[in-house]
Amino acid sequence: MSDPGDDADAPEIAEETMAGFRRTARGVSARFTAGQAGILRSLVAQVAELVGGPGSAQAPPAESQQEPAGADGLPMDLAAILATDGPLAPPEDPVLARLLPDAYGDDPESAGEFRRYTEPGLRSGKVAAAQTVLATLPAAGGRVRLSTGDAEAWLRSLNDVRLALGVVLGITEDYEREFASTEPGDPREAYLHVYDFLTFLQETLVRALR
Amino acid sequence: MSVAPAEVERPEADEVVVPDTPWVTIVWNDPVNLMSYVTYVFQKVFGYAKPRAEKLMLDVHHKGKAVVSSGTRESMERDAEVLHGYGLWATVSHDR
Repeated sequence: MSDPGDDADAPEIAEETMAGFRRTARGVSARFTAGQAGILRSLVAQVAELVGGPGSAQAPPAESQQEPAGADGLPMDLAAILATDGPLAPPEDPVLARLLPDAYGDDPESAGEFRRYTEPGLRSGKVAAAQTVLATLPAAGGRVRLSTGDAEAWLRSLNDVRLALGVVLGITEDYEREFASTEPGDPREAYLHVYDFLTFLQETLVRALR
Repeated sequence: MSVAPAEVERPEADEVVVPDTPWVTIVWNDPVNLMSYVTYVFQKVFGYAKPRAEKLMLDVHHKGKAVVSSGTRESMERDAEVLHGYGLWATVSHDR
């Protein structure tokens, strides 16, 4: 597990730091730049499509969806950094394997049975959480106000995106030290900034909710 | 239109479980889930008070795994399903 700590600096992403979520009278609230919103919407949509299939991110959009713009114009494409072609089928896809894990470690038969009963609901729950984020986060950014119910969906969706990035980037307990020695120009570095941004966002959201 | 419900076949194991040898739900450590989030999930899902949820979270963190609930196989599978919905890595096993 990881713990950003009480005095974790807000990460700088898309040329602007953010304050994260805070509690309000009616729920929680945070302000996003267009760049931050674009990155988050893009990753959330990709996870939704990975989990739910093509079209799963076609929730009622908060705004007309623009070309997903990453920090520095990076294409935010998980499959590209996985260096694979086209869609990946479960259970070989390591990201899906993490998002839809086996419930029986050493009993493939029971694991398959459990999967048969639970996986459709698990997939649709993850897609619904992603769609809540897409429906409440305008592509142009701005102030996002969430009810505690929507905030809960955000928590789960942010976590799914972090789990996905964690697999793609090879995040370990000790990743900050490991990544400190990456070669300049390592493509993972930009995604690491995104990962840290999402970590900060989720941490502030948990704290705002409790 | 309606769809006929699928034949439900449960493993026979259900019938031979002795009440005093319960099944357990185990949560495994992973490097991504936040400590604060895992505590939040344990409180939310199991209704545990914060100290208990925090202790379980720390057990997962330091020991690599922790038993978070015990009971019938069905209820453990329900717990695992809910925890998977939150992105926690949960498994079910028989506490022999």
